[in-house]
Amino acid sequence: MGARVITVTSGKGGVGKTTVTANICVALAAMGKKVVAIDADIGLRNLDVILGLENRIVYDIVDVVEGRCKLRQAMIKHKAYSELYLIPAAQTRDKTAVSPSDMLDITAKLREEYDFILIDSPAGIERGFRNAVAPSDEVLIVANPEVSSVRDADRIIGLLEAEEKGPGKLIVNRVKMDMIRRGEMLSMDDVVDILAISLIGVVPEDDEVLTSSNRGEPAAGNSNSKAGQAFRNIARRLNGEEVPFMSLDQSEGFVQRLVRLLFGTTNSAS
Amino acid sequence: MQHLIDRLMGRNTPPSSAQIAKERLQLVLVHDRLDLAPDKLKEMEEEILDVISKYVHFDRSNVAITVEQRKRNSWLVADIPLKADE
Repeated sequence: MGARVITVTSGKGGVGKTTVTANICVALAAMGKKVVAIDADIGLRNLDVILGLENRIVYDIVDVVEGRCKLRQAMIKHKAYSELYLIPAAQTRDKTAVSPSDMLDITAKLREEYDFILIDSPAGIERGFRNAVAPSDEVLIVANPEVSSVRDADRIIGLLEAEEKGPGKLIVNRVKMDMIRRGEMLSMDDVVDILAISLIGVVPEDDEVLTSSNRGEPAAGNSNSKAGQAFRNIARRLNGEEVPFMSLDQSEGFVQRLVRLLFGTTNSAS
Repeated sequence: MQHLIDRLMGRNTPPSSAQIAKERLQLVLVHDRLDLAPDKLKEMEEEILDVISKYVHFDRSNVAITVEQRKRNSWLVADIPLKADE
């Protein structure tokens, strides 16, 4: 049996799939797990640069599929986490260079030796998505608290259910607690209500995510980052631990709370 | 200040943009999940009512046909009060 294969997907692009994948991988590796990250976004390679491994790529997943190298040769060992490996996407090919059965073959070869295999899915619902989902035991759906992202997440959940891979678990990413308090942003409870699937993570909007991506050192490795903490919590939940979810009241000071209780939403529609 | 007075008096404030977003999403997802446009759903309702009216009497203005979401399943719920035969 061995590894659990977990695919991270969203439907809509730009919601933070790659960042979420990189951060969960780092958090799991920091817990001592043996982790392989697979970038399934062929043609738009990015997981390498978020993980800070872009200068080490020699072979990629298409080289493996087409027999130009052995699987081990395409696995790049992380600088800071000795049990974290990346199989990068090809940059100059398209999604048809890999098939769902290729993905099944690759993960089958890795299952015995590792604890977690995370697959970063491309946006969309076509071939790349089907490649990413084919070998998965579990699917994590990343959504922002925003109408287009939630709608696309619902579509993805429907497709996963049709393929008997669903419904998956939800990560609400880029949450702004102050906007939720003012009634200006869907809360995680709203998103869970609408999508009717279980929640595995709530990640606050945090500048550290961008600055850590700038450096190629995911925020999960930074103990001062709120988003980093949220990613570490997701990793612990994946590992079977019960970790309470961040509440709305956290990060709100006494004065802020008093003002909110007295004045309610500060910006009502008029 | 007016807002504070409204709050203390328990007056209704207009729906927040988050509430509006939630309601709009719930509506659009009904049709997305069924893969059925609103006008097609209306057409189906009329056809169902036409069939029922062949057998029993009812007041069309009193009918409620809705698509309810229970977890991730959609349920077509028809509430049709029948009239006693005249």
